[in-house]
Amino acid sequence: MSQQTQTPPTAPAAAPKPRVSRETSAARVRKRLSSSTATLAAIVIAALWTLPTAGLFISSFRPERELKTTGWWTFFSDPQVTLANYRDVLFGTASQGQLATYFVNSFVITLPATVFVVVLAALAAYALAWVNFPGRDWLFLGIFALQIVPLQMSLVPLLRFFSQGVTIAGIQLMPAWDLQGALAFTNVWVAHTIFGLPLGIFLLHNFISQLPRSLFEAARVDGAGHGVIFRRLVVPLIVPALVSLGIFQFLWVWNDLLVALIFAGGSAETAPLTVRLAEMAGTRGDEWQRLTAGAFVSIVVPLIVFFSLQRYFVRGLLAGSVKG
Amino acid sequence: MGFSILNELPKLVWLLIAVATFLGVIGGLLFFIDRGPKSKHEWWQAALFLGPAVILLLLGLVYPAFRTGLLSFSDGTGQNWVGLRNYVWMFSQPEILTVLRNTLLWVIFAPVLATATGLMYAILVDRKRFESIAKSLIFMPMAISFVGASIIWRFVYAYRPPEGDQIGLLNQLIVWMGGEPQLWLLNAPLNTLLLIVVLIWVQAGFAMVVLSAAIKAIPDEIVEAARIDGTNAWQQFWRITLPTVWPTLTVVLITISVQTLKVFDIVRTMTGGQYNTSVIANEMYAQAFRYGELGQGSTLAVFLFVLVVPLVIVQMRTNRRVREQG
Repeated sequence: MSQQTQTPPTAPAAAPKPRVSRETSAARVRKRLSSSTATLAAIVIAALWTLPTAGLFISSFRPERELKTTGWWTFFSDPQVTLANYRDVLFGTASQGQLATYFVNSFVITLPATVFVVVLAALAAYALAWVNFPGRDWLFLGIFALQIVPLQMSLVPLLRFFSQGVTIAGIQLMPAWDLQGALAFTNVWVAHTIFGLPLGIFLLHNFISQLPRSLFEAARVDGAGHGVIFRRLVVPLIVPALVSLGIFQFLWVWNDLLVALIFAGGSAETAPLTVRLAEMAGTRGDEWQRLTAGAFVSIVVPLIVFFSLQRYFVRGLLAGSVKG
Repeated sequence: MGFSILNELPKLVWLLIAVATFLGVIGGLLFFIDRGPKSKHEWWQAALFLGPAVILLLLGLVYPAFRTGLLSFSDGTGQNWVGLRNYVWMFSQPEILTVLRNTLLWVIFAPVLATATGLMYAILVDRKRFESIAKSLIFMPMAISFVGASIIWRFVYAYRPPEGDQIGLLNQLIVWMGGEPQLWLLNAPLNTLLLIVVLIWVQAGFAMVVLSAAIKAIPDEIVEAARIDGTNAWQQFWRITLPTVWPTLTVVLITISVQTLKVFDIVRTMTGGQYNTSVIANEMYAQAFRYGELGQGSTLAVFLFVLVVPLVIVQMRTNRRVREQG
């Protein structure tokens, strides 16, 4: 985030004292409030935001008996550490969680759902920005408007497509999918891709449409077609935007519960971590040795992605990448 | 049956095949884009670039949305017309009225409190020595799934009988202050407020990051002028900081409101919608996919849509204003 905290530009002539000019209104508000009160308030908020996660994290390493009878804060006076919770919940029997399987499922669901959205959104955004065809602006407006539609509006009919196929006016356009085994992942991929596209197209269009026109004109003069321009010119230039969108889609799909519940079902064959954890919280809500470790298994991947690519994440956030 | 990588192999193979096929098709597409018929209107290119996305959106969002609209006027099987019966049901059934009341509670509390916390924290840590670490702490929950966050907070609310030690932080604090431990998630409407805390916990980081960027963009000259005029901290906050970040604040508030209206994961993981905590999105799922009441589920989805539309329209307009200013 440090990259985001640049000093705002200061007008050189109007700033006789550089020390003063670096202060923002927020800095001044802070200074005028009793500084110690402000610091205390910040620490209280930070503690409130950190302690719940810390408690869960510490608990996940405590032996079951300790964990279920004493608070996690007693860990500091009586530290006992075990990896048994993680071993059981990941590789134990099905009733213990068997999260390793669901971890693989989460991965298998998330990777294609991210790649598909980024690629398809980039193609569509390019055409909406630079390919010349009548009705282009209307099409863009239509896709833009689709961001409003809550995905709840499409769940029932979309699920029907997969189970009964697409029939319009009595003509079977697409047969029922009825996919079994590993192939059943296709349903979730398609659903997530569809739900990710409106926002993805909108974000990348913002980015691609701002590339300088002269760039494209020069390429056209050299005889390059749209395919070549897209591949050689546009894609390398929009890599940061692609990464931003990729992170958002990745986190969104990895953390999703609703779409997975409906399109992946609850079996170990296809269900992701979130579905399994929600189920465990419902049926084994007091098995804290599993829930604590399990929650961390599901949290660790997004946290790694988030902390290693925080810069892109913040940039995307400021560009408006929040699914409406 | 334990975990065996062999069982997982088919999934990984299908993953590889699917991604490779997809990329192959897209590669072919790009190859043919430059080999189509030449014309003034670039129909051919537009069709190849946009075709896949547009077909997916038509089949997966546009048509289903209309279909759900129609389904909201039909019975549980989706076969017979029932007119407005589902809408009457929604506003007369006591359970659904509780759902609507809970959703109202969520929308009243979550966006305002998350935004206020985010704004306050952004101001408090602005230009402090540990600003970037301090911000990461608040921001981190954004990366955690609602399911993960719900488990974290269930643990905070965990209950043990008063004879033994408490394992949940909240009940321990109550005990330390001399109170009786509570079964927090059982008592309505307090339980809904405690679920709202989870969403605030997740969304405050979003508010903080966006507002922090807005605060840093306030020009120094304005602040300096105010200082020379002798304003105090409160005046500065109310007359400079707040008015300047107001458009951003609106966007943040509305964005979180839309998220709040659709909240599902938290309710489902914390209580499963029991103990009078259900909200529209959870009830929609339960009606359509657990009870097989397609008509009633669709009605709730349509109602959700109706609630979201004005918010998103305001958001888009404010967003455009913010961009034009910036």
